[in-house]
Amino acid sequence: MSVASQDTAVKTGSIAKVFIYLILVLFALFYLLPLYVMLTNSLKPLSEITGGDMMSLPKAWTIEAWLSAWSTAQVGVSPTGLRPYFINSILMVVPAVAISTVLGALNGYILTKWRFRGDTLLFGLMLFACFIPFQIVLIPMARILGILGIAGSTQGLVLVHVVYGIGFSTLYFRNYYASFPTELVRAAMIDGAGFFRIFWRIMLPVSGPIAVVTIIWQFTNIWNDFLFGASFAGLSAMPMTVALNNLVNSSTGVREYNVHFAGAIMAALPTLLVYIVAGRFFVRGLMAGSVKG
Amino acid sequence: MPIRTTRADLRTRLQDFIPKIVLAPSLAAILIFVYGFIVFTGYLSMTDSKMLPSFDFVGLDNYVRLFSLPAWNTALINLVIFAALYIAICTVIGLGLAILLDQKIRGEGVLRPIYLYPMALSFIVTGTAWKWFLDPGLGLENTMHLWGWTDFQFNWIKDRHMAIYTLVIAAVWQTSGFVMAMFLAGLRGIDNEILKAAQIDGASNFALYRRIVIPLLRPAFLSAFVILFHMAIKSYDLVIALTGGGPGRATELPATFMYSYTFTRNSMGIGAASAVIMLMTVAAIMIPYLYSELGAKKE
Repeated sequence: MSVASQDTAVKTGSIAKVFIYLILVLFALFYLLPLYVMLTNSLKPLSEITGGDMMSLPKAWTIEAWLSAWSTAQVGVSPTGLRPYFINSILMVVPAVAISTVLGALNGYILTKWRFRGDTLLFGLMLFACFIPFQIVLIPMARILGILGIAGSTQGLVLVHVVYGIGFSTLYFRNYYASFPTELVRAAMIDGAGFFRIFWRIMLPVSGPIAVVTIIWQFTNIWNDFLFGASFAGLSAMPMTVALNNLVNSSTGVREYNVHFAGAIMAALPTLLVYIVAGRFFVRGLMAGSVKG
Repeated sequence: MPIRTTRADLRTRLQDFIPKIVLAPSLAAILIFVYGFIVFTGYLSMTDSKMLPSFDFVGLDNYVRLFSLPAWNTALINLVIFAALYIAICTVIGLGLAILLDQKIRGEGVLRPIYLYPMALSFIVTGTAWKWFLDPGLGLENTMHLWGWTDFQFNWIKDRHMAIYTLVIAAVWQTSGFVMAMFLAGLRGIDNEILKAAQIDGASNFALYRRIVIPLLRPAFLSAFVILFHMAIKSYDLVIALTGGGPGRATELPATFMYSYTFTRNSMGIGAASAVIMLMTVAAIMIPYLYSELGAKKE
């Protein structure tokens, strides 16, 4: 201990340490509280929730709310549960993440290793596209999807997410490839290797870490998207977030809070799982979002 | 011989073109779906579009009408309150937690993911959880009553003057851990020698942080500000899930205003004008920021 504290640049007394731990633990409770409330109450029968203590553990544990949220609960007008919408989200998120990541890798490779006049300006244009409020594109996008005949379909949503995901995926790969020695690429060019060969043999093998970051980032963003889903999905391609909102706001009958919580956790589960499995990379991805090179 | 050189020329020329061909689809997508659409929406904002786009030019009429609408002014005031508190509180909590976590804390590996996980959730999930938690009849207030504190009152979410602050609570819950991570990375990047030298000179911990560490975190402050600012303006999902813009219109933000005027109130021209204002607000911050970031890198 004493060795460790000598290493610390800033020294703190032991009373101060107690306060520090106290504050840190209090904040941990603040962040955990909503998750705890959702989880415990999703495992209670409805009668225990209404008028009951939200902090208490269930007296009669039940997974009925989970089963209902998954397959029988009223979502909007139909009693389908969240299952079809969960599947919709999967069908949307997998191709959208794959395509935007591959394009981002290629773009990043070009913008760092095949530089040309005006490439920084181009990158700036792509980067600004990451930060626009999407309200500015909603009206024309609705028109274009209609003209292309993919309004209200999963393909339409994939297109939308790819288009507005390219900026970030390009940003990640560009910043990552920028620190990769250009001399290696030059040497390969002199040896006669072409554009794709260099990408395949030299760039891709070192791209593992940034690919993970990009995939996590895109997966989280696209899975959690609500605005595009609510605007363009229609009924048949509705993603999980929109369905959850409909489930919670279904006005018919009694409000089944336990079902709402089970549904909310279901909607959160894929991103939470990704975060638990690869959280370190998630943090790195969030940091890269701050445009640092 | 001459034939061979032209062939080699052709090949290198082709090689020069391939990157541009590969880049072209992404570039075209961005130019059309981002910049083309911005121009289109900008044009619609100067037409009398109602339910469907119309191309009858009316100049700046929509902007004049927009700023005379009480609903828009409410949304703007709400945005100012929300953004200011959201950015300020996230920054204070984020910086505070980062500094505390940086004191060689045992269990940092457990605490950090707990602070950060809300960032992985959808705002719809966050809104669903907090809506219930803040509901006086079900959540915190009811629980306090059951625990014997019968005078306890916390009904902000039902109060039109206080509801906007519930948005701040939920949004801070979601994002402050992420801001903590940004500051923590900044702190870890500071050279320990500087700190040690200052300590030898007899600086107190407080002075050390105020005079040396916090000024050194300038880039982290800037990044956090830019990210939080653009998230505040884009806030839409959280409002829908937490308050639905209510009670009444008390928590309407520009993003929800734009959506309802465009798609449910059949005033597309007004909706487009509000979207343009939102874009210009983001651009006013983002363009100088990106310019300085990219410009600096060139050197």
